[in-house]
Amino acid sequence: MTAVGDLLLVAVLLLGLALLGSSRLSTCIRLVALQGALISLLPAVLHGLSLGMHALVLVLAPLVAKGALIPWLLSRAIREAEVRREVEPFIGYTASLLLGALLTGAGFMVAARLPSLGGVSGLLPACALATVLVGGLLMVSRRKAVTQVIGYLVLENGIFLFGQSLATELPALVELGVLLDLLVGVFVMGIAIFHINREFDSIAVHELTALRD
Amino acid sequence: MLLSLLLVPVAAALVAFNLRSARLRWLVLLAGALAHSGVVVLLLVGGEPPAVGWLRLDALGLLFLSITSFVFLLVTVYVGAQRHEGLGQPERTFTGCLLLFLAAMTLVTLSQHLGLIWVAVEATTLASAPLIYHHRSARSLEAAWKYLVLCSVGIAIALLGTFLLALAGEGLPDPLLLPALLASAERLHPALLQAAFIFLLVGYGTKVGLAPLHTWLPDAHSEAPSPVSALLSGALLNTAFLALLRVWQVASAAGLGDFAGRLLVFFGLASLAVAAAFIVGQRDYKRMLAYSSVEHMGILALGVGLAGAASYGAMLHALNHSLAKALLFMVAGNILIAYGSKDIAEVRGVTRRLPWSGTLWIVGFLAIAGSPPFGLFMSELVILRETLAQGRVLLAVLYLGLLAAVFVGLAASFLRMAHGPATRPAAATRERWQAVAPPSILAVAVLLLGTYIPAPVAELLRRAAALLGGAP
Repeated sequence: MTAVGDLLLVAVLLLGLALLGSSRLSTCIRLVALQGALISLLPAVLHGLSLGMHALVLVLAPLVAKGALIPWLLSRAIREAEVRREVEPFIGYTASLLLGALLTGAGFMVAARLPSLGGVSGLLPACALATVLVGGLLMVSRRKAVTQVIGYLVLENGIFLFGQSLATELPALVELGVLLDLLVGVFVMGIAIFHINREFDSIAVHELTALRD
Repeated sequence: MLLSLLLVPVAAALVAFNLRSARLRWLVLLAGALAHSGVVVLLLVGGEPPAVGWLRLDALGLLFLSITSFVFLLVTVYVGAQRHEGLGQPERTFTGCLLLFLAAMTLVTLSQHLGLIWVAVEATTLASAPLIYHHRSARSLEAAWKYLVLCSVGIAIALLGTFLLALAGEGLPDPLLLPALLASAERLHPALLQAAFIFLLVGYGTKVGLAPLHTWLPDAHSEAPSPVSALLSGALLNTAFLALLRVWQVASAAGLGDFAGRLLVFFGLASLAVAAAFIVGQRDYKRMLAYSSVEHMGILALGVGLAGAASYGAMLHALNHSLAKALLFMVAGNILIAYGSKDIAEVRGVTRRLPWSGTLWIVGFLAIAGSPPFGLFMSELVILRETLAQGRVLLAVLYLGLLAAVFVGLAASFLRMAHGPATRPAAATRERWQAVAPPSILAVAVLLLGTYIPAPVAELLRRAAALLGGAP
């Protein structure tokens, strides 16, 4: 693990916390895009830059998808739905930040108990688990459908990060498949947000409560 | 051969996305389904085809593939009736997504690589979400949103579990390839494997609809168009369950059968209990059927968790449940069109107003509630016998008690709907053949499985159960 790698991981963690404190949706989208882009660069930093086709595809494809395509899809969704900021989250921003810090601590504690992970620095699994937890917190604490998608993306980022601690690389087909699923997922969620907006005149998920027993 | 199973539906979907005529689109859908099930029949007759890369068809895969293909074909015919009425013209997205959904489910059954299985299971979610909000109503959007978010997060947790499994298999050339994992299962790191199993169980369990992770299921099943509900219950839940079975195979080969079995039994009982609680007094008949799916997925988990002869029972039950539940959702669709309401209280006298559907409704009830001589009675009995053979009396009592509660709850609603004076025009309505033929075929099949299981089917079930480590 290089110093650059550690720096990247810390940046990923901080971006997660910044997301917890932001109310403007366009800012949130930029933050999650940056986080995704940093994580896509990580394999190159960890395993060194080799200029083979394989490595190039596995770095470039997530970079383009997470850094450009997904944020573009989300921005289009909020433009069409005409929402700008999150309103009154279930858990306030200060409280979410505090919870985020606690969850980060929890991530580090769990990671410390994991059996040795193929010689990768202990920081990686810890950051990954903390990011997963922060993503989960974002999903449950916010009202807007878009913010839930952003939370889901943070969660995915964390899991993707966790995958980097594997010594054996996953086959390229699987990595690309996972990425494609994510992309299509955000696309379908974007369309759903558009329809929800038209049907409810708002995209607040707490209005989705007609179905219950 | 195996690739054609994937290429046929994908190609048909591409054609359907680009066709203008609704009638032609339906024909493309039918042709795709026919070609798919044609290949499946060839595979059933011809024995194991050569593997293509990570794609290999073992007995488990073949069993679930056959169920999926058969149910899909009948649903396609049924769509032919629905398109004249409730469904509206099957537009491009609907037809295309149906076919892509079939391709994704097929990929789950063929894949021997746990990473690829993950990709395919997530693809089933994405292909079916547009099907659920086909009606574009507020309620169907809400259902689709819940489905998308809950299942995507669940599946994300399964991805974490998949990575943990890869960590447990560190040192293998490809630590997610099923045959390699099974061959060197004793070399896997036990603690990491346990963690991986828990994450994968929670992740795929969300998709299977095991309580308490089932919350998306009643909404999605009740708000989706009826043919889609039939597919969700009859094919999708099984497919997700197959993903779970692959993980179970690894866990039990690694000697974690007891640990994994306890978890499965726990989730199974929880599902039975939740389903019983919500079936009794349920007001919406499609939700009632959805909770019944939660119940039966619970029985599957219970059967697999018990292992031994119950593995065979679980496989037989998966087959029976798919047939019976697809039958019921189709009939529910007919009732919904005739009465225009999903409210149990507003539906009376189905046997008079819709003689075919009404009869099928009662047949379906007897089948799903597990009364003899239907197939589900046999499979539930096999599981009960194994519970007693293992001396787990308390478990057997709970299992029987919950089944009885579900039976009573279902009986009250089904019979009230079937009998009584017809609420609106008392005269019988003409029923389209496409609307009653597919459920009738399913009814005959599930009756047949209760009285006499054809030798090749029994053989396939035994081979599938053997892969799960169960004795026949």
